[in-house]
Amino acid sequence: MAFDEIVSLMFRKILIANRGEIACRVIATARRMGIATVAIYSDADAQARHVSLADEAWPIGPAPARQSYLVIERVLNAARRSGAEAIHPGYGFLSENADFAEACAAAKIVFIGPPASSIRAMGSKAAAKALMEASGVPLVPGYHGDNQSLATLTQAAAEIGYPVLIKASAGGGGKGMRIVEQAADLPALLEGAQREARASFGDDRVLIEKYLTRPRHIEIQVFGDSHGNMVHLFERDCSIQRRHQKVLEEAPAPGMDPERRREMGEAACAAARAVGYVGAGTVEFIAEGDGFYFMEMNTRLQVEHPVTEMITGQDLVEWQFRVAAGESLPCDQDALRITGHAIEARVYAEDPARDFLPSIGALVHLRQPADAPDVRVDTGVREGDQITQFYDPMIAKLIVHGADRAAAVRRLAAALRDYEVVGVQTNLSLLRGVAAHSEFAGGLIDTGFIGRHPEILQPADAGAQAQNCVLVATSLTVLARQHAANLKAAPASDPDSPWNADDCWRLNSDGYQDIVLRAGGDETKLRVHPVGNLYRIDLAGASLHASLTGDDAATWLSLDGVRHRLCVVPHGDAFTVIIDGRNHTVSAVDRLAPPRTETAGDDRLTAPIPARVTRVLVKVGDVVRKGAALLVLEAMKMELTLYAPINGTIATVRHRVDDMVQEGAELITFETEAAEPDGTARIKEKS
Amino acid sequence: MVRLPNQVNPSSAAYQENYAHHHALATEFRERQRIARFERPLRDMQRLARQSKLFVRDRLAALLDPGTPFLELSSLAGNDAYGGEAPCAGQVSGIGIVAGHEVIIHADDASVKGGAWYPLSVKKIVRTLDIAIENRLPVVHLCDSAGGFLPLQAELFPDRMHAGRIFRNQSILSRMGVPQVAIVLGHCTAGGAYIPALSDYNVIVAGTGAIFLGGPPLVKAATGEDVGVEELGGAAMHSSVSGTADYAAASELHALALARDIVGSWPKPGKTALDRTEPEPPDYDVDELYGILPKDPRVQFDMRDVVARLVDGSRFHEYQPDYGTTMLCGFARLWGWRIGILANNGVLFNDSALKGAHFIQLCDKQRIPLLFLQNITGFMVGKDYERRGITKDGAKMIMAVAGASVPKFTVVVNASFGAGTYGMAGRAFDSRLMFAWPNSQVGVMGAEQAANVLTDIKVKQMTRDGRALGAAALEAIRSPILADYRRQSSAYHATSELWDDGMLDPVDTRNAIAIGLSAALNAPIEESRFGVFRL
Repeated sequence: MAFDEIVSLMFRKILIANRGEIACRVIATARRMGIATVAIYSDADAQARHVSLADEAWPIGPAPARQSYLVIERVLNAARRSGAEAIHPGYGFLSENADFAEACAAAKIVFIGPPASSIRAMGSKAAAKALMEASGVPLVPGYHGDNQSLATLTQAAAEIGYPVLIKASAGGGGKGMRIVEQAADLPALLEGAQREARASFGDDRVLIEKYLTRPRHIEIQVFGDSHGNMVHLFERDCSIQRRHQKVLEEAPAPGMDPERRREMGEAACAAARAVGYVGAGTVEFIAEGDGFYFMEMNTRLQVEHPVTEMITGQDLVEWQFRVAAGESLPCDQDALRITGHAIEARVYAEDPARDFLPSIGALVHLRQPADAPDVRVDTGVREGDQITQFYDPMIAKLIVHGADRAAAVRRLAAALRDYEVVGVQTNLSLLRGVAAHSEFAGGLIDTGFIGRHPEILQPADAGAQAQNCVLVATSLTVLARQHAANLKAAPASDPDSPWNADDCWRLNSDGYQDIVLRAGGDETKLRVHPVGNLYRIDLAGASLHASLTGDDAATWLSLDGVRHRLCVVPHGDAFTVIIDGRNHTVSAVDRLAPPRTETAGDDRLTAPIPARVTRVLVKVGDVVRKGAALLVLEAMKMELTLYAPINGTIATVRHRVDDMVQEGAELITFETEAAEPDGTARIKEKS
Repeated sequence: MVRLPNQVNPSSAAYQENYAHHHALATEFRERQRIARFERPLRDMQRLARQSKLFVRDRLAALLDPGTPFLELSSLAGNDAYGGEAPCAGQVSGIGIVAGHEVIIHADDASVKGGAWYPLSVKKIVRTLDIAIENRLPVVHLCDSAGGFLPLQAELFPDRMHAGRIFRNQSILSRMGVPQVAIVLGHCTAGGAYIPALSDYNVIVAGTGAIFLGGPPLVKAATGEDVGVEELGGAAMHSSVSGTADYAAASELHALALARDIVGSWPKPGKTALDRTEPEPPDYDVDELYGILPKDPRVQFDMRDVVARLVDGSRFHEYQPDYGTTMLCGFARLWGWRIGILANNGVLFNDSALKGAHFIQLCDKQRIPLLFLQNITGFMVGKDYERRGITKDGAKMIMAVAGASVPKFTVVVNASFGAGTYGMAGRAFDSRLMFAWPNSQVGVMGAEQAANVLTDIKVKQMTRDGRALGAAALEAIRSPILADYRRQSSAYHATSELWDDGMLDPVDTRNAIAIGLSAALNAPIEESRFGVFRL
């Protein structure tokens, strides 16, 4: 059959069955190798970066992934019709779907990944662990049985000893995962884990493991080819996590000695061989002290693969292409060396202060560190793009390299300072907090790092000087915008009109304008006097001389002669001033703005995020106490329970299960009980 | 046009002495004006706060387009009257930008006697509306007045130019198609009720605004009817029952926002097109005006030095440079507009009067606005001059000034005495705007001269009675006469009485005239019917 003869030839055209940064990253290597690329896109991604980078792009359906990126037939259709010879699945979506791998084979399209059998073997965590145990790979004590009865699971947990961890057998990425501190908590947490597992993977089976208290997450990158070769490309330490999601990954692992590296590498290769592995895979271990235990194998390219690329000088996607095309591995184990140290930081649109709730919205302003040999930014978005509720809210991966770990940490901190994102909340301050932390610098990391240092979730107070810069820069921006608006409305459109002066000119006196800015809950009045090319600004009892100048490259605020580099980004009614890498959001108070009527108050519950309603726990007329659970939303595959903000009676319930709601949408209103001055309570109509 | 040569030496002793003197005058003037505009007794401000009312200056700040210029007029009106009780005559008047429209604002200042109208308040409002009529400027009224100041009602109610004129002017504006909006921020009682009623649009603030011909006490006294303010003339009643008010606003700021919306909806009639280029600032430092004006007002100075610090690029095309040289005439540009300037470089002789009359006609024919810079002690007197017809030559100049239909602007730079004042577009000759510098004096003759005349008359009476007077006794007579005359001819008194539209710090003259010109071009310029007579 001709197909078998051509597999040893490099592909001419491939389809990338993914989106976002990984699609862009795969396209980059394909382009470098002269392989034509086909992108696919959902309705939400028609203007996405990966679409614009590919040689051609095919629509595959509506925004929800279940109706587009996860629909095997649509992806294959696009591949067939575009003439793609192979499909790179990226990570997530169909990348670890054995049915998809088989469907590709049936369609005579190469699946750039392991055989379906390997995926299946590693797909069920319980079965995978049994296999690993048989292959001599060390395991965390645990229960991986098929009997999922509460009694069996309870007994298993007791035998392992608390604390234990419940995980979805079919899962990954922290979905359906629960830590159980004591036996009494098990039933409730189990139910949640099962529900999440069902929602995420369509499979509610779980396994139970010993929960290690200061564990590190160390994984080994392995690569096999179809000629029986298998190498490992050393380890990655992914211990800096939050809610079981990786935040910072690095290679090599701090404190790793060569002997242990060799042991772990061999164990990983053994694990891969046990399932007949071909292609790129990652064997994840949990490590504590000298022990390391197999956790799972990810049968795909990992999000954090770039750190391995940075220290080995290899392009893993190129390796994937070569192996999938039937070639042997580009090099053997002895040829692989570690050079320097690499760290990856995942920049997410999420709010660390609000329990990492995804932050949806437009990237009004996006400046990323410039690409350089030792700084790499893998991203799937551009300024102006939307972070939607449909997909992972990752903005980019920032990867830095240094001669040693200390140099890499310094470079990371510097690159993070150059990162500017306005429009969505980000985890940048968290990343900066970690990068600047002395324990991190000392390599004292484990998966509890962020939990142990909650202070890095909250940015430190900016100094008075920075506050002044923020207020003054905003006020001068307000003036400039106001002047532009005035010119637009200028009488008789006379460009030379004396009215067009923006100096607040007053006859026989100093003109000035009061600008009131609101930052957080505080309002500050600035009295701004134009004085020649400068402005004199009265602020909190002091008088400052300021000017704001700028070009495309930077904006400079001169404050009493001291120049500060910053960036002012207007968006909606607000301004975000970025100074020293920190975002400060300020709004100008318009005293003439109509009073806002649609505010979320105690008498109503609004959606904190665009989401789907999964459960409605109350009905009209129910009397609820403050703190009672009312409604469950699901967004980005995360459950979010909303609670009653006050005591009251449910007046309206606006949505039903499966409704999609936008951020700020009113969900439930209350009639509240208000205590009257005379001490009697009455029901007050408030909605 | 050529750049005027520099004739000023800032390092000279005379310049420095002049500068110190006039700079001090300007500083004092600005301080007096600041006090009049902003300083109020604490209890008055507290009363406003209790009533949820904003100070009139804050209302203005919210009303005007932020950052835009505002030409406030007559802010020292009433400064030399009523024992100083009525700063700004209890009114704010000025030309500014609201929602992109050039408008004139009349605002009652409720921090001054509850916004009561003194006679000079009425004069200021009438003048504000006259400016609206002459320049076709839409009006925004901020109404918050307790009504006429009863003890002085005879000086503000009955006469032709008294309070009735306000309503007459409003009606005329409406007839001319010049829109008005009134914001009722307090009680509009009796005559005051007609301001919102005669405005094309009005907005009333719920809770504080009310409109009625007679307030509750008057109704009680007149008919025995017991009725509250809200029921009698509150926002809800007038906006939903009587139709006297168009919009009820929840707060003052809401009312101001509504008024801004209303003004923004008005059409913007095109302006009269005049010769125009891109403006440029004067080439010389405007600050030098302080050093150019002599400390002694009787010392002559060259008006070219003043012109050079007012006009674009300090460029000037002098007309008839060798004829009638005490009357400086010529063309220049101010903020890009071509203007004709008449300025006094001495007493008006026959030739200077004829030159002035001729130049006025020339500018009128060519639709060039006129700027008069007054430093005029009068027409020349004496046998020779009367024989040469100085009276009829002066009459020609007065006739030309009165008849010119181009916009005229007058600045009293130093002296404004005698019939020369008339020829140089004094108050009676309907300049669109008239301003005075702090050092300036206005009167039928100079103070010294007048004091001497008055002293002479007194001395003659006493001499007839057979009394002889020593030097000390003479001085005792002359000194109070001089002091009184000086007060009455001072710029502060003139502006207090609204003999002008306000005083100017000299450095602000250029901007004030530019805004005046811009405003003036809202009205058409009539064609002049005759050719230009070479007089």
